[in-house]
Amino acid sequence: MSAVATTLFSSDDYLQEIARMVEARAPLPVGVNRRSFLKLAGLAGGGLVLAFHLGDESLAAAASDDAAKTFAPNAFLRISSDGSITLYSKGPELGQGIKTAFPMIVAEELDADWSRVKVEQAAINPAVYGRQSAGGSRSIPTAWEQLRRAGAVARAMLVSAAAKQWNVAQSEITTANSVATHKASGRSLDYGALAEKAAALPVPGEKSVKLKDRKDFKLLGRRISGVDNLQIVTGQPLFGIDQVVPNMQYAVFEKCPAVGGRVRSANLDEVKKLPGVTQAFVVAGTGKPTEVMPGVAILATSTWAAISARRQLKVDWDQSAASKDSWSRATTQAQKLASQPGAETLKSVGDFDKAITGARTVEAFYTYPFVSHATLEPQNCTASYRDGAVEIWAPTQTPDGALKLVAGVLGIAPEKVTIHQTRVGGGFGRRLMNDYMCEAAQISKQAGVPVKLQWTREDDMQHDFYRVGGFHSFRGGVDKAGKLVAWADHFITFSTDGERPVLAGQIAPDEFPALLVPNFRLTQTKLPLQIPTGWWRAPGSNAIAFAVQSFLHELSSAAKRDHLEFLLEVMGEPRWLTPDNEFALNTGRAAGVLKLAAEKAGWGKPLPEGRALGLAFHFSHAGHFAEVADVSVDANKKLTVHRVVVAGDIGPIVNLSGAENQCQGSVIDGLSTALGLELSIENGRIEQTNFDRYPLLRIAHAPQVDVHFIQSDYPPTGCGEPALPPLAPAVCNAIFSATGHRVRTLPLKREGFTI
Amino acid sequence: MRLTINDREHELDDVDAATPLLWVLRDRLNLVGTKYGCGVAQCGACTVHVNGNPVRACSIPVSAVAGQKVTTIEGLAGPDGRLTAVQAAWIEHDVAQCGYCQAGQIMSATALLQRTPAPTDADIDAAMSGNLCRCGTYIRIRKAIHAAARAAHE
Repeated sequence: MSAVATTLFSSDDYLQEIARMVEARAPLPVGVNRRSFLKLAGLAGGGLVLAFHLGDESLAAAASDDAAKTFAPNAFLRISSDGSITLYSKGPELGQGIKTAFPMIVAEELDADWSRVKVEQAAINPAVYGRQSAGGSRSIPTAWEQLRRAGAVARAMLVSAAAKQWNVAQSEITTANSVATHKASGRSLDYGALAEKAAALPVPGEKSVKLKDRKDFKLLGRRISGVDNLQIVTGQPLFGIDQVVPNMQYAVFEKCPAVGGRVRSANLDEVKKLPGVTQAFVVAGTGKPTEVMPGVAILATSTWAAISARRQLKVDWDQSAASKDSWSRATTQAQKLASQPGAETLKSVGDFDKAITGARTVEAFYTYPFVSHATLEPQNCTASYRDGAVEIWAPTQTPDGALKLVAGVLGIAPEKVTIHQTRVGGGFGRRLMNDYMCEAAQISKQAGVPVKLQWTREDDMQHDFYRVGGFHSFRGGVDKAGKLVAWADHFITFSTDGERPVLAGQIAPDEFPALLVPNFRLTQTKLPLQIPTGWWRAPGSNAIAFAVQSFLHELSSAAKRDHLEFLLEVMGEPRWLTPDNEFALNTGRAAGVLKLAAEKAGWGKPLPEGRALGLAFHFSHAGHFAEVADVSVDANKKLTVHRVVVAGDIGPIVNLSGAENQCQGSVIDGLSTALGLELSIENGRIEQTNFDRYPLLRIAHAPQVDVHFIQSDYPPTGCGEPALPPLAPAVCNAIFSATGHRVRTLPLKREGFTI
Repeated sequence: MRLTINDREHELDDVDAATPLLWVLRDRLNLVGTKYGCGVAQCGACTVHVNGNPVRACSIPVSAVAGQKVTTIEGLAGPDGRLTAVQAAWIEHDVAQCGYCQAGQIMSATALLQRTPAPTDADIDAAMSGNLCRCGTYIRIRKAIHAAARAAHE
């Protein structure tokens, strides 16, 4: 998500807090409060023995024999005297690979032997770990420095312990593969053998330790297989949906299909008599979609008994305040508004009206639909409320933010909320929200028993925080030399409060190419919307890139220019577009990925009729990405995507396997969405209920994806999102070059294309 | 009702015969490796083997598998923990992202290789089309299946 997300979108305190947490720009301290870590490590179980006292400045004093043999200078690692090393991954793992990447960073600076390292999910305690969210592709950039220093501090102490033992200078000691070596005397010791001595040393200041140069990295940049892979391929209980607690009952929760509906009455007495049903009751809810909406909970002895009973449930909904939203109505309204500039001007540079007069002019109206996150693990949560405290097992992207949220819903103090982070069966932004967690906690409280709340696929698709649809009405102009001189965009979006655009339905005034066109105008109109929207992988960017990068190709085509050359000209001289901000767009890095993608794809080579390459660029989440799609279109508008070439610059790569996987997945997600995904909304209801009408891409249509990185020395940035936005325009630009048909409405099936 | 799951016998007398196999596996037998994704045989996350054939456990009543040989993801590896060629290839090629669909993918791939030891891309597409991966790991799934096929030959 872009920085704008934190400021413009919503008056909702929770959402603003989540956005702030996800953004968290400042580096986090390594010297966290270790006392609370120790307390918490005890809670985390799993045989952790850390009952010693380790103050920030004090010596590590052993409080038990076991602890004396364990070296744990901070909350990210533990080395036992038997040589075993445990690394703690603080953030949620949802498929972005962070449970492997985070410990790799610590292990690199520690010079740990990766093959002997064990990784565990850290307990949720922001006071100890700082940010524990996963969103905005910000896990790596926000934790990079913190994790490196955590590893480097530990290494320095091990070296110091070895130097003392051998009575040699620290500078004469080298480390590799969990072994400290004094080459001159031929002595070496495993870290395990040094653990006890290291634990007795003072912890140096995190800033006093030297970090490695990139050229000395041994682990970072390699292809490392995910740390949970063995458990995944053997079906071990990693996920939220797999959690079982003693005496729990299985719950389902029915809400009004149109958001805002309230329960007038329900046939609870009949439902309670159904097989396996233990309880059925109305939940009043808080009335906020981010917390608990009104509905009916059914508890039973199995998931299936609860689901079956729900089929007999009849709820009379009071829909006086429920959504009446309609996508077809919104589309008609937007088309009427398209011919004029929007009421609000977000940015105006130069003199657009004058510049466009003498220019070769192109006008176009772009439309993209609402889409759902459709995480393959439907929302679920296990919660046990007892005596004014609640314990939760949840697949969430924002466990840190959920502590306060759940506490507020239940009317208890945040300290009374314990969250166990499970592996997450897909996030894509859906699980930045914790509504299902609030529901489970509330249902457990009302029922007086532990519950596992299970959403059905239908619940999941009908009660999402959707990627909002939208419209761009463009006018642009190129001069006689074919240079881009004028750009106007009337962005038509939605608002719930009438003032701010809905969540992820805003555009930054400086959104590309705002800072690169001499005469630029961005205006906006907002249509009313009640259905909740949210962050969907590369929020904003996932749709804006389609419109902007397609329209740029319309302009270069009108000017009969080569599109690569045209885009490079738009970028101009290499420079940061926002000075003094290493996370901003750098036109030199942009040019770099454009050239690399073009070169690897064979840009310019002749192709048979009906086949063409399409090129697009997008900058988001501090990542520069260009993609070239190689596409054939036959006479029946059937598409074949032969290959997609991805070129990215996100600084140094942490885990090459993980980064490539993210790019391949982003391309397939982008293609899946561009081809066939849309939600029709009528009378406040999402008409799609399951995958039969929400056709995610299947294996037969997955193209070859080649990924290339420019490993620059800039700070590393995230890879979960920025490779997605360029895909749709790259494909659409290829379709135009192959057929002359300009796609201006997504999904592609709307314009008659199939795959 | 007598069920044979991963070569173990289970006697279940109090289960409604219409209950989908998926929920008996998950809620009753605590074999949670088999996943719920859609409930309508669209996503394949619940794929198990019945007599070696891939079946969507969400859409088959438990009574239909009584007396049949059912294998779930938990039953693939040997008793000593030795992985199958498919499981090993999945790790080697670092296939998973979130990992939620992968049990179903592996069950479908295993059944494919039992029938077709050296599958073509087209064979893979046909056999694996019932399994959705929301993260988009299809490229690696294809690679891993080819690798597992090669490993089994060696």
